[in-house]
Amino acid sequence: MSVQSMEDIIREHSFFKGLQERYVKLLAGCASNVRFNAGEYIFKEGGRADKFYLIKSGKVSIEIYSPERGSIIIQTLGEGDVLGWSWLYPPYRWHFDARALELTRAIALDAECLRRKCEEDKEFGYELLKRFSQIIIQRLQSARLQLLDVYGHASRE
Amino acid sequence: MAMLQESEPLEGTLLPEPFIVSKVRRETRDTFTLEMEPLNGGEKHFTPGQFNMIYVYGVGEVPISISGDPAEPSILKHTVRAVGTVTRAITSVKRGGMLGVRGPFGSGWPLKEAEGYDVVVVAGGLGLAPLRPAILHLLRNRERYGRVAILYGARTPMDMLYKRELERWRARFDIDLDVTVDHATGGWKGNVGVVTTLIPGLKVDVPNTVALVCGPEIMMRFTVRELNKLGIPDERIYISMERNMKCAVGFCGHCQFGPQFICRDGPVFRYDVIRPFFQVREV
Repeated sequence: MSVQSMEDIIREHSFFKGLQERYVKLLAGCASNVRFNAGEYIFKEGGRADKFYLIKSGKVSIEIYSPERGSIIIQTLGEGDVLGWSWLYPPYRWHFDARALELTRAIALDAECLRRKCEEDKEFGYELLKRFSQIIIQRLQSARLQLLDVYGHASRE
Repeated sequence: MAMLQESEPLEGTLLPEPFIVSKVRRETRDTFTLEMEPLNGGEKHFTPGQFNMIYVYGVGEVPISISGDPAEPSILKHTVRAVGTVTRAITSVKRGGMLGVRGPFGSGWPLKEAEGYDVVVVAGGLGLAPLRPAILHLLRNRERYGRVAILYGARTPMDMLYKRELERWRARFDIDLDVTVDHATGGWKGNVGVVTTLIPGLKVDVPNTVALVCGPEIMMRFTVRELNKLGIPDERIYISMERNMKCAVGFCGHCQFGPQFICRDGPVFRYDVIRPFFQVREV
């Protein structure tokens, strides 16, 4: 059985598809394997956004806590998804909670390490920003559709 | 203008046939599945995707997609959400009550053309009802198709249709079923997010995939975009349209959609055929 290197995992992940090889190496230098048990919080609202995650397997919920209603799940993420973008933008604080709903394996990318490399290599920074913008747009569109309540009860009678 | 010929048979097209409601099952708070049998016996053959006009005597008539099994033509099934006067009247009919039925009308899902292809079924909300006959056909004739993936999005876990059946489908090893809700409630352990978020994770052979989509129009627009992004062209995407259908045979013009009549030329259309009109607000 062959063991995949960190570079292989990053290269094969859909989020980094087509990324230049030198950038794959930069990312791998900031990456580590992590796992979270079911029910374990990956991060909490207001905490330091010091990482982002490429989910390899499992399921993660993005939640917001309300004293009246408890934890409300806004979205779930799974294999192949990217978790977290608050690390890119000041004040580098999480806006929501993230919790593993089942055993979850992921690659964690260290934010400080990446931000430093982005400052040193602006092209790398731009490449990352473009890819994260896509994720942000998708999540924004999904949130808007959720707000629209498209399955609400319209009548044509 | 098209005129009805005197010799043209009215029964089944303009004259409702009496059906007896043999079973009523509550699906959600306001949605019910009615099983009906013809008062005079016989069978009601249909193509998955077609609809009937359901008439409540003395109240009115509405188009409702057929949600039953095409292999069981002796039982007519319709899943109806109570949203207006007629649908409220339909859903209040009890076992033994009578309804009038005209149909079936319209075009169906391209199940013959999809043979040999992977098939993706994307349903949103009540849109699972017109797709159910197609899914049952795919499952009954599983060997004729490649991979089969079903994506279903509902408002909340409480709004999901055919819950027991979804569990049975999920237990099968020869299809992929993924369900998501827009808003999680209670102890929901599944996906949360709009149904389009499930599309990038599809495991299908994209160049050989046919997609069948049904749900609210906004959901279908975004679904088509995601399917396109995945590489599935408009020519292999089929959607089921809903409009204010009255006569169901293309005479009255209530459901005109550009050059098409939804009742006669649809409700199932290949997306590239209706794409030019899909976002024209005037139609």
